[in-house]
Amino acid sequence: MQEQPKNFGFGEDETMLRDSAKKFFSDHCSADKIHRQVASDPNIHRNIECIWDKGLWQQITDLGWTAACVPEAAGGIGMPLVAAVALAEEAGRAAFPSPLIATFNTTFVLRECASAAANSLLAEIAAGKPMTLAITNKVGSWEPADTDVSVTAGKLNGSAWFVQDAGKAEGLLVSARADTGVGLYYVEKTAPGMTMTADGIIDLTRDQAHINFRNVDAIEVAAPGTGVVAIMHALPAMQAIVAADMVGAGEWLLQTTVEYAKVRVQFDRPLGFFQAVKHPLVNVMIEIDKAKSLAYNAACAIDSDPQRKDFANCVKLAHMAKACASEMAVFSSSRAVQFHGGIGFTWECYVHLFFKRQMHNQALYGDAKYHRTKLADLLIGKAA
Amino acid sequence: MADADRMDTPEQAEFRAYCRQWLSANHPGQPPVRIPLGALELSDPAALAWLQAWQKSAYDAGLVGSDYSKAVGGGGHTDCQTIANQEMQRAKTPFLPNIIGLGMAAPTVYFHAQEEVKNALLPGLLSGAEIWCQGFSEPGAGSDLANQQTFAEKRGDSWVINGHKVWTSLAHFADWMILLCRTDKADKYNGLSYFVVPIQPAVGKGVTVRPLIKLTGETGFNEVIFDDLVVEDKYRLDAVGAGWKVAMTTLSHERGAGMLVTPSAGGMSQENTKGANTSSPTALIDLAKTSYRNGKTAADDPLIRDEIVKIAIRQEAFRQNQRRTLVPALTDHPMRIPLQNKLIGTEFNQDLAEITYDIQGPASSLYLNDDNAAGGGEWQLAYMNSFGVTIAAGANEVQRNILGERVLGLAKSK
Repeated sequence: MQEQPKNFGFGEDETMLRDSAKKFFSDHCSADKIHRQVASDPNIHRNIECIWDKGLWQQITDLGWTAACVPEAAGGIGMPLVAAVALAEEAGRAAFPSPLIATFNTTFVLRECASAAANSLLAEIAAGKPMTLAITNKVGSWEPADTDVSVTAGKLNGSAWFVQDAGKAEGLLVSARADTGVGLYYVEKTAPGMTMTADGIIDLTRDQAHINFRNVDAIEVAAPGTGVVAIMHALPAMQAIVAADMVGAGEWLLQTTVEYAKVRVQFDRPLGFFQAVKHPLVNVMIEIDKAKSLAYNAACAIDSDPQRKDFANCVKLAHMAKACASEMAVFSSSRAVQFHGGIGFTWECYVHLFFKRQMHNQALYGDAKYHRTKLADLLIGKAA
Repeated sequence: MADADRMDTPEQAEFRAYCRQWLSANHPGQPPVRIPLGALELSDPAALAWLQAWQKSAYDAGLVGSDYSKAVGGGGHTDCQTIANQEMQRAKTPFLPNIIGLGMAAPTVYFHAQEEVKNALLPGLLSGAEIWCQGFSEPGAGSDLANQQTFAEKRGDSWVINGHKVWTSLAHFADWMILLCRTDKADKYNGLSYFVVPIQPAVGKGVTVRPLIKLTGETGFNEVIFDDLVVEDKYRLDAVGAGWKVAMTTLSHERGAGMLVTPSAGGMSQENTKGANTSSPTALIDLAKTSYRNGKTAADDPLIRDEIVKIAIRQEAFRQNQRRTLVPALTDHPMRIPLQNKLIGTEFNQDLAEITYDIQGPASSLYLNDDNAAGGGEWQLAYMNSFGVTIAAGANEVQRNILGERVLGLAKSK
């Protein structure tokens, strides 16, 4: 067990960053505005579009968000993971459509690569270039060694799936198999030989794609055999970041539903008077608090162990954080729709934006049952 | 909490080292008689006497009442009781018998009694020399606590008390009682007053204590009947009519949301027989590895594994909630987590114990009086006993009302 700060590492800088993000989102990303932006067309058969506000991206780059967790040596600010977790929580609370989470996740994989190529990519992220990870195969495996892309003589062939915010990212970090193991490779989105097909996804606040590679020239960022390790080492951080996004969105769902339960009157009483509504809302709050504490805890454990002296502990705590947050995400969403009643079932009610984001995130990088299965092996030992 | 010491202040670190050293030399060892799972199940005077001696020695060493001022017999430390608690738990000491006194009476007396009463009563309470009980619940006032009918009537300089209290843990051993009663029949909340009452000298003369048997078959709580009991006015806490406010101090501490950390110790009693530690996921895993389902151990059963993991996640979340609640920048509402503690803690223990029924299968039918029962039957006892705390101190349904109303601001479900 590595030494840890009492405050989870939320020092003055991290708290200030979080508070400025809160203000930024309340100034620029009201649910009303996001809804007009991404949900203008409810047609199920609409064209798949990647809608986001690039002007806001420029602003958050100027505020230093993409540079926050880039090491100083690579031109960043060198803040700990809890800074990204704090920003992800606020982004989730705003259902912010952007490649921020994808770029953070790429940042944490690149931080594990320790190569000149990785450092120059981190510098580009710090300067505001959005990036994403192409490290998932067609069947959606979260195991770092699983990829449907191969690499031979610096050229990529095959396909990557479930690539987050691929339409917004300008660069991709791709896991690919060579004879000697899985490495990591960088390609620009415009590279010849790449075909990106946008997925028709439910979540309106992000995009997703699958990508075919045909003899695509790529830059090696982590050699075969080391790329897989970089992903493995970054996964707990990625899980904590996505968990924090769900915590933020969960809190929005809770507060919005609570406000509705105060004003909506039935049987001459506000909904919140009835314990059939009040008690489940309290249960949602309890689940959010657990998920929040576990997300901060996982992030702090990772920050406190840069030498990975107790990496198994970080893995365990990140599994706990993502398992708890995923289950909370489903619960907070379902109760928000249910307690908004008839209006909650409509497209015009903003709840669906968050509902859909939560349902996307709960599966991303492993749902609750996936993480609990991993935890069972860690806590109890493999089953006979 | 193995990693707690990594976050100590200098005062805490020094105190922790002292506690650890003292405990290594002064652990009371194995008891000469069977010690029940907790103080609320105490029925054997010999067990009580042995535990009182332990509390006295821990108190004399400064491990009990560490954060109380020296004037009332405390240690005068800041945030050190929690350190003593962790170290006593780590050293697997016996529990402290004066649990109602330490958890509820002491902070209430400390914050609300007159100086003279406070200084006179707290040393004996903290040392365990005088056992305390709590006279709150009545036949008609359970979750609706303010519906108190026990009446205190002012006669001259004293009060005369008549009424009926129930579910009064430890009353059969108690010297003192914290007592909530009515002084004005016209005002439900502002008609209550709060007293500390010396009941021991009055047993048989104005106070009758009758044992109640719990569904577990154990004793531990009682009904207490007052029949013209005379109490001096100096034993009234705060103003006449301020009883509800004073009771909130008691209840916030009872629910783990108070200003002062309750001294607590433990870890030993569960292991002093062939029993298991019935509040630990680790013990759950050990039990699963030695129980069988479908020809394999229960620890190999995927559904059981998932239940154990869920419990382990809840335990870690509870710990991290406590850590987060100390960081003002990371809490949304100051009472949001403290008011959850009683609810989450008691349901955690109940659910943990319930899983052991699935783990044990048919052996879950065996009880304390069967030699083949796993863990001496303590798991089944723990499950049945767990309802005591999900009901007591405001049933968890009431806790959810409190959270919904005070923290979320929803309409009162009165």
